[in-house]
Amino acid sequence: MPAKKKESADSVASATRVTAGGVAVAPRLAVRKTYKLFIGGAFPRSESGRTYVVADSKGQFVANAAQASRKDARDAVLAARAAFGKWSGATAYNKGQVIYRIAEMLEARRDEFAALEVPASEVDEAIDRLVWYAGWTDKLAQVVGGANPVAGPYFNISSPEPSGVVAVVAPSEPTLLGLVSVIAPAIATGNTVIVITDAPRVAITLAEVLATSDVPGGVVNILTGSAAEVAPWLASHSDVNGLDLTGLADAKLALELEQAAAETLKRVRRPAPAPDWSADPGLAPMTAYLETKTVWHPKGL
Amino acid sequence: MTATISPLSEVTRSDAALRTFLHGLPGVDRVGADARAAGLGTRSIKTTAKAWAIDLAIRMVDLTTLEGSDTPGKVRALCAKARQPDPGDPNCPSVAAICVYPSMVPTAHEALRGSGIHLASVATAFPSGQAPLKVKLDDTRAAVAAGADEIDMVISRGAFLSGRYLEVFEEIVAIKEACGKAHLKVILETGELVTYDNVRRASWLAMLAGGDFIKTSTGKVAPAATLPVTLIMLEAVRDFLDTTGRKVGVKPAGGIRTTKDAIKYLVMVNEIAGDGWLDPDWFRFGASTLLNDLLMQRTKLATGHYSGPDYFTLD
Repeated sequence: MPAKKKESADSVASATRVTAGGVAVAPRLAVRKTYKLFIGGAFPRSESGRTYVVADSKGQFVANAAQASRKDARDAVLAARAAFGKWSGATAYNKGQVIYRIAEMLEARRDEFAALEVPASEVDEAIDRLVWYAGWTDKLAQVVGGANPVAGPYFNISSPEPSGVVAVVAPSEPTLLGLVSVIAPAIATGNTVIVITDAPRVAITLAEVLATSDVPGGVVNILTGSAAEVAPWLASHSDVNGLDLTGLADAKLALELEQAAAETLKRVRRPAPAPDWSADPGLAPMTAYLETKTVWHPKGL
Repeated sequence: MTATISPLSEVTRSDAALRTFLHGLPGVDRVGADARAAGLGTRSIKTTAKAWAIDLAIRMVDLTTLEGSDTPGKVRALCAKARQPDPGDPNCPSVAAICVYPSMVPTAHEALRGSGIHLASVATAFPSGQAPLKVKLDDTRAAVAAGADEIDMVISRGAFLSGRYLEVFEEIVAIKEACGKAHLKVILETGELVTYDNVRRASWLAMLAGGDFIKTSTGKVAPAATLPVTLIMLEAVRDFLDTTGRKVGVKPAGGIRTTKDAIKYLVMVNEIAGDGWLDPDWFRFGASTLLNDLLMQRTKLATGHYSGPDYFTLD
């Protein structure tokens, strides 16, 4: 369409741009990102069709984000369960490579997180933490497993195995470091996760990082919205094996979730007091969702 | 359905008459059938209606295992599940039937004794149907003699597609006779019939020949049962009842795995054929994995929280 005609059709346009040739054109339409969910490696809208408004630190409208419903949670559990077999069966070395790849991708997308008002120091910490967990994937088995001395002609070997599908409530602050600190330990040990977060822009931008990092679809699923609405469905879901409430500030809700999780004997993690996210996390976040399998094997005499 | 039909007893007099009749059936509007099926699939069935539909769907399941690797042990386990699908809930209804290969019929017959659950056996060189008529008849008689009270036969798709309708017709008549008192389900294998028009023709052919049920698929060919195909078959049984006064059942089989799918089928049965077909005697699901999903949804409605596959047996 000729520039002149477009200009006359769009009388609302206040500012006009001028091209190098001196021809006035209407301002470019803004291409705004829709923040959707991250389930099974895809970015679907909420099944419920609901969205909520995300404001920046000055209270200005910046985006509409998808508000996850219980059915999105159910779909996420299906996706996480489907992904579990292959991810838990991947070699520790391979899992380490994939997590290191997330760190690489995050490094490459620093500007996007800067635009979302994530401090550069926090991005550094998040990347370092990913590298740290990437290193642990093939070392944890030696630390928490091993050969046991037994009184008999047997080899007796304990090895840590992932629990399965872990539901996680991500902390509100710090956004990026908090997300990475709850996702990385769970997937480093071979679990698949469903994360509930109230920081949709950072979380979905992180999802884009994950989607380009060789993380198989379904290993990490991100639901944006209200933990109070969605988390109870995951806490009581029979096909969820673990629940990480480290990031949940609401003590009353956390207690209810713990009680619901007890019904199906989930592994629940809720350290008190809430951790300093910048500090060395130690091994606890990784060992929380591991189960020990012990095998006896005759030695032969 | 059509005013052009001569008395139905006449149409099977010769190959030519049968062809004239089957090709005289009105054509199926493919786009319209797809749209109607998709439209009916959007109905929202919730709470008490959903609970009713789930229990009905469980009662309609023909719990099926048709694998080369079937063993007597697996069949016995399946029969136990058919009797009491959810061991944790004695109010859970049992399924309509067990569907197995003829060699497994004696085992299943023994395991189902006194339960009132029907025992269906596939026969007639299932799934291809490529065997001499004598073999098919012997296959059928053996299954009936071993205790099957329902026979799932396959039609000769090769003969049907090459237009030898009377041959297919006579084969079904012969199998029906071999069945004796056993109910005969005629598998059309709609995935191999290519067009919806052929599905309608095969449905009428099977009903004219005396089939008690028309069944979509063997489950060995993709696509298996689909909503539009089942819709056409439901229209056929409805029209056949209007025309002849004889009621025929419908069984979609293969590819129905979720409660959501099953409920879509039930909505369609109600809307197309009528609620007279909302009964395990007139509508069945040929399925294996569907039952677990129905049980999980049933548990969800009863307890208020989502259930998981770990809580139900695999087969």
